[in-house]
Amino acid sequence: MSASNATSFAVPRTGPRREPPARRAGPILWLRQNLFSNLGNTLLTLLALWALFVTLPEFFVWAVVEAVWWTDDPQTCREVAGACWAVVAEKHRVMLFGTFPYEEHWRAVLVIALIVGLAILSAFKRFWSYWLFVAWLGATGVVLVLLLGGPFGLTPTGTHQWGGLPLTLLMFVGTVVGGMPFAVLLALGRRSSLPAIKALCVGFIEIVRGVPLITVLFMASLMFPLFMPEGLTIDKFLRAQIGMILFFAAYAAEIVRGGLQAIARGQYEAADAIGLTYWQKTSRIILPQALRIVLPALMNDIIRAFKNTTFVSIIGLFDVLGATSTALEDPLWVLYALEAYAFIFVLYFVFCFSMSKYSEHVERDLSKGRNL
Amino acid sequence: MALEQVSERPARRAPPKRPPITLKGIWHNTGFRSAVYQVLVVVTVIGVALYMLGNAQDAMQKRGISTGFGFLFEEAGFDIGESPIAFESADSFLRAYGAAVLNTLKVSIFSIVFATLLGVLLGIARLSSNALIAKLSSAYVELFRNTPQLVQIIFWYTLVTQLPPPKQALDLGEAVFLSNRGLILPWPTDDPAYLWTLLAVIGACVSAYLLLRWADELRRRTGRRVSVLWWNVALVIGLPLLVWLLGGAPSALSLPELRGFNFVGGAAVSPEFLALLLGLSLYIAAFVAEIVRSGIQSVSRGQIEAAEAISLTTSDRYRKIILPQALRVIVPPTAAQYVSLVKNSSLGVAIGYPELFNVNNTIITLSGHTTEAIAMMMAIYLSISFTIAIVMNLYNRAVQIKER
Repeated sequence: MSASNATSFAVPRTGPRREPPARRAGPILWLRQNLFSNLGNTLLTLLALWALFVTLPEFFVWAVVEAVWWTDDPQTCREVAGACWAVVAEKHRVMLFGTFPYEEHWRAVLVIALIVGLAILSAFKRFWSYWLFVAWLGATGVVLVLLLGGPFGLTPTGTHQWGGLPLTLLMFVGTVVGGMPFAVLLALGRRSSLPAIKALCVGFIEIVRGVPLITVLFMASLMFPLFMPEGLTIDKFLRAQIGMILFFAAYAAEIVRGGLQAIARGQYEAADAIGLTYWQKTSRIILPQALRIVLPALMNDIIRAFKNTTFVSIIGLFDVLGATSTALEDPLWVLYALEAYAFIFVLYFVFCFSMSKYSEHVERDLSKGRNL
Repeated sequence: MALEQVSERPARRAPPKRPPITLKGIWHNTGFRSAVYQVLVVVTVIGVALYMLGNAQDAMQKRGISTGFGFLFEEAGFDIGESPIAFESADSFLRAYGAAVLNTLKVSIFSIVFATLLGVLLGIARLSSNALIAKLSSAYVELFRNTPQLVQIIFWYTLVTQLPPPKQALDLGEAVFLSNRGLILPWPTDDPAYLWTLLAVIGACVSAYLLLRWADELRRRTGRRVSVLWWNVALVIGLPLLVWLLGGAPSALSLPELRGFNFVGGAAVSPEFLALLLGLSLYIAAFVAEIVRSGIQSVSRGQIEAAEAISLTTSDRYRKIILPQALRVIVPPTAAQYVSLVKNSSLGVAIGYPELFNVNNTIITLSGHTTEAIAMMMAIYLSISFTIAIVMNLYNRAVQIKER
């Protein structure tokens, strides 16, 4: 032992500490490595800088320096060259709440706060429990009471008066919550061994995926009443909701099917071997694994469902986009439509971007255990 | 004892007795049960469908609407803002469908080309070693991917319609003007020689490709390398040039000219087309960029290093090693994006571009044949989607790994 110690080279160095090698760190080196590593890179950097230099200051002047931030007189905007953000201040009530009665807007604000708040809570794993489900159920009741009015002396407001962000959020949540079970059923049907059921599911999925969403909504809002027995009318909001659900389900079904296919055969066979029925096997063994696999891909579809809520403005519902277009019919402010649309562009971006960042986080989180 | 029993040749057993056929037994038979389920589902679906169709028939009879596709040959009685084929209000509904489909295809094809070019560029830029370029590209992707396409289309349309009028049109270089009437470009005057030259360009490209294939085939078979590069350059440049010269070398361009309140001459791109083109292609480009990035990243580092190790040239490395492998990952999702682009061209209805969905709405209003018109529209969209899907599947099969 002692002999080997004597020949060890692992002797702590004595004498003064050496300086770190030059040019291993620091902003200058970072610039050299990342922006000016060779001639082509340098040219690219200069080109990009030039493009930014040409566009950004001009945009900044338009959007900030010469912009009008607050005025109730559109004439003020006409006299300046900058953006007229005052249109947002003037019209934000219509843009965010649509045709909902003005005095009742506090109810709409509560609805937005409730849905966004619960959605944020649901994003944290530590809150994933039975109680979250109960909370969503309760919230649904509260939201419906707030939006429909009636009890507690709230003025009744029909669905034709719903609009703006509450409608967008409600349509979105309804699409995902209503669409997911349907999507799972469709995916199971497509993998079924019963030919007739398989054919029906394949036909439905392929046809819905082959046509634009707007035609599905159009069918739901225009054709559906025609097919119903006379006298029976279904609410316009509900019809649009059904159309959105069908479309979402057809896309999500394909993703769930991918998850079902990714489960090893042995899992199916083991479940069969211990004598589970089809539904026991599906709900206890297959789906929990399959849905976990496809969650990141499903998030993409969920984000798309949020973006797709704008389509309902074409069939005459007043979601954020539809309400904004309506607000801009005011001839005094129509000149500043660009600013108003830029505002809702940012609004949608905030929602979708946070969902997309969250989905990246979920993806990392799920893949953590898989490589062990 | 137990062993002995096993080694003993078992006496021939009597065949098992068939269990008596009982109702419970039948019900527990898998085949029977699945048949029952299927019949139930199919009967329910058909029943509901028939019931709904019956309701629709009743409603239409009450309103006195005739059914059938005969209306397609009646006079349309409306105008279409722009169309690749001549269309007047005296033409039939069928021709209106033709014009609308061509408009849909026109904006889709141009958008697909732009989206692909921009998307590939952005995808490569995101992987650039240049940090500024990579960051800019990723900012673009996040911004355009995370906002609704419809908001983008309406935003671009608002932007175009708020441009100055033709009198103060923005001059983008030589005789290209951008105003609230859209984009005005110089355009070759009507001369058959131009058409022939265009055909010659297409012909030259096809033959250049065939020549390349022939050289490749020759190398595979005999090992002899034939460089066809210069032949191809000569073909692609020379043939159209020759045709153009033979056609009398016309050089007349129709230049846009401001007369009164609008431009005369040149070719005009309408504000609706321009806005829809921007809205469709800029949105899909962000998705294509992501697909291209993940495709290139999917090629394993070892492949690239191996190519370097056998000292392939840079172009060969890309052409023969990286691209063929990346394309396998890139093509299927890109095809899905193309289908989505074509379908979302129906958003042109929000800004008044006369594409299929928009024109179909007008046809429904004017003819009253709601069911038939919607069936027409659905059939057309389905056939476009399925055609793209089939073409892409064929291509996909061609580039898949051929396992031996």
